[in-house]
Amino acid sequence: MTVLSLTINGITHKVDADPQMPLLYVLRNIVGITSPKFGCGLSECGACTVLVEGKPVRACCVPVVSFSGQAVTTLEGLSTSDAPHPLQQAFIDEQAVQCGYCISGMIMTAHALLMTNPSPTSEEIKLALMGNLCGCGTHVRIVRAIQRAATMLRAGQST
Amino acid sequence: MIDCRLSRRNFLQGCSALIVGFSLTRSLAAQVLAPDLPVEAVQKTLDIHALDAWLAIRDDGRIVLYSGKVELGTGVKTALCQITAEELCVSFETVSLVQGDTWLTPNQGITAGSKTIQVGGAQIRRAAASARQYLLEEGARRMGVDPSVLDTVEGRVMYPGDSAERYVTYAELVAGRSFERPVNPQVDERAPEAFRVVGKSLPRLDIPAKVFGHFQYMHDIRVPGMMHGRVIRPPITGASRLDGLSIAHIDASRLPAGARLIYEGNFIGVVAEDEWVAMQAADALRVTWGYTSTLPNPGDLYDRLKYMAEKPEVQVDHGDAAGQLAQAARIVEAEYRWPYQNHDSIGPSCALADVRQDEATIWSGTQGVYALRSALADLLEMQESAVHVIYTQASGCYGHNGADDAAADAAWLSKRCGRPVRVQWSRADEHGWNPKGPAMIMRVKGGLNATGDLVAWHFQNWTPTHLTRPNARTGAAGLLAGQLIRGVPLKGQKGGGNRNAPLNYTLVNCRVETHWIKPLDSPLRPSALRGLGAVANTFANESFMDEMAFAAHVDPLEFRLRYLQDARARAVLTAVAEQARWVPQPVQAKAWCGESTQGRGLAFVQYENENAYVAVIADVEVSEAGIRVQRVTVAHDCGLIVNPDGVKNQIEGNVIQATARVLKQEVTFTPTGVTSLEWNTCPILSFHETPEIDIVLLDQPNLPSVGAGEATSAAVPAAIANAVYNATGLRLRQVPLTRQRLAEARERLA
Repeated sequence: MTVLSLTINGITHKVDADPQMPLLYVLRNIVGITSPKFGCGLSECGACTVLVEGKPVRACCVPVVSFSGQAVTTLEGLSTSDAPHPLQQAFIDEQAVQCGYCISGMIMTAHALLMTNPSPTSEEIKLALMGNLCGCGTHVRIVRAIQRAATMLRAGQST
Repeated sequence: MIDCRLSRRNFLQGCSALIVGFSLTRSLAAQVLAPDLPVEAVQKTLDIHALDAWLAIRDDGRIVLYSGKVELGTGVKTALCQITAEELCVSFETVSLVQGDTWLTPNQGITAGSKTIQVGGAQIRRAAASARQYLLEEGARRMGVDPSVLDTVEGRVMYPGDSAERYVTYAELVAGRSFERPVNPQVDERAPEAFRVVGKSLPRLDIPAKVFGHFQYMHDIRVPGMMHGRVIRPPITGASRLDGLSIAHIDASRLPAGARLIYEGNFIGVVAEDEWVAMQAADALRVTWGYTSTLPNPGDLYDRLKYMAEKPEVQVDHGDAAGQLAQAARIVEAEYRWPYQNHDSIGPSCALADVRQDEATIWSGTQGVYALRSALADLLEMQESAVHVIYTQASGCYGHNGADDAAADAAWLSKRCGRPVRVQWSRADEHGWNPKGPAMIMRVKGGLNATGDLVAWHFQNWTPTHLTRPNARTGAAGLLAGQLIRGVPLKGQKGGGNRNAPLNYTLVNCRVETHWIKPLDSPLRPSALRGLGAVANTFANESFMDEMAFAAHVDPLEFRLRYLQDARARAVLTAVAEQARWVPQPVQAKAWCGESTQGRGLAFVQYENENAYVAVIADVEVSEAGIRVQRVTVAHDCGLIVNPDGVKNQIEGNVIQATARVLKQEVTFTPTGVTSLEWNTCPILSFHETPEIDIVLLDQPNLPSVGAGEATSAAVPAAIANAVYNATGLRLRQVPLTRQRLAEARERLA
């Protein structure tokens, strides 16, 4: 076991864990952040997506030691329910959820996209979501929600 | 992390878990379960005839609905609260829902088959209307007036004509007490003209918590003292027959510190305090298995199904199909094939169990808490009353996936290690071992007379049963762990494969037969997947309807309308044709050279021959790269619509999932078992492959609601296959309609 320092949603945590433990299990079982989901353990589905230094990462596969000292952002870190992030508000407005198991990964992937491309076309959104799977078939609404969020962000409604 | 430990002795303490899981408030739980009473005294009634089984009114006027039907991610929680608010004349915001708990909610059967609103909603509507009737009568008694002069508005019994504007609140009438009266089966329900809540696209109650990351899925629940468990699976992955299995040797020498091996029969598990250690332990264990496989070679699957089938069971026999076929001017015959298919749940199954000497608590994403309780009680050798099953929403559920099996794994490991155990299935566990939507064969023969009338229809299918869910009848044999631990064979009952085998077209001479295949005679373990047999049967029926239309040189829309008298059936077809601007299709042979080309196809279904009406038009682009569905137009009539946006969300999901099923999805296997063990080998539709979706809802406020959760899945596949034919002249009859099958069909035609 090794004590690692991780900055998660702006808060620094000292985590005592096997350095080879994938980040997902550190977040869910040690830190208690449950929005990143276990889906495949193979980097295929995107349910575990978190941002590391602003870039989307599959938390299910990469050992936690790789993220020592880096800034990790999860869905919990995006906002509060009092002041939703435009992406969260847009997903509510578009009712872009069925079971919702994939949604944390969808929103985090979209967040990374909008930080680098504030005006994505629907093709660019689809491309960004290539590694995120939704089993319920909420695809159309998810794309619409991201477009709506982009518009909200551009209009300066960001929090 | 939340404290979810719950036992009879510390029930109140455990209520914090229920509060999180079921959006209850603390005061409500306290009201339902008074602290110092013995458990027997605080148990609420579960008798479905008693009003108290369904509803409670708190002293602050909030309404609690107890629903045996559960939210699987389809939006029914919101819709059921809408129905309750409507009938009880309270605001939507005051209603909360407790779902799927063998201590708290009435047994409404499993949440499946598009029956939550249709059947469960109707039960809840009657209960809420009965409660309103009681409140009106109590209010009248309290005010000393006749009930006929009173009305119920926003949680109050009002006297509208009264100068003093007298009223009494529901809370004043019943708070803190139970109703103590039965549900009135003949109660008057609210007239659709007066609806305030039903029929509105209210936002779903569960979505905010899901987008803020607070929602507690099955996978997120933790209890103190909990171990993490993993199960080590045998070869012959996914087979129905596990009787040829044996364990020759277990090498646990590389088991990491802190992990414990637990095994019995052919069931092998590991538990550890730390999930990562449990995962490493499962990987480190070396098991030498003995096995005999009865799985066929993949190429022999459909022959095997025919070989194993029983004598046909006649579903429909009108007129004289055989006689008319013998005299027909033209006969068309075709055989269609549907493969084994998997569930698209993004999160593999997960469960948590705390099994003690005399009681057990199991959290599960099951579709049926009561049915699972019966099977688990048998597995654990406990009384049913000692087993408490609590539904907790898992990842999307589209049928009998691994949820029940994971619950059994957790329960057994907890029993053996004496600690609560959480079992998380791996992706390979889920893809490999969950029950599969059955492979099916459909053969249809149709006859036209000299003037092109469809005079005879003979449909036969070969299908494994789609019903092997665990319940009181199957006991432990309905659970994978039960089969492995006790060596008992999989059990099931006949059903599902004949769904929508009969037609809704009025044909004078029609024979429909089903050749059933018993659970153990299906090479892979068969069970319910969204739509059951309706999906494959409608793929065949509606593809063949097109084949007959072209043989008769008639436009497929016109041909269908000739044989449909039902006004609602005609209405969905007409609506979809208008919406998509259907133009009668030229009836001419095509010789496709492989260039990119477009086509459109039509299909119709009335789900289960008596429920929702759906007509679909698919627009496709076909090239040598394969089939791409560009646009799907749906006209949908499911009776009274409770939440239009909720219905649309379901239809969209059906379109996307069914498009993947017909174009891409097939469980692959060899004699050593399932080989499609992750998403690349069993793909979901990507964002780039998603068609545009256009939906027309035909609301019927004066007719009962019927299910909207799966009907569209039945109509989409044939619409796509018919569109491919329209584009290329190639008739693809075996699903999935892959690029390779397209190329093979082209070669055959050449």
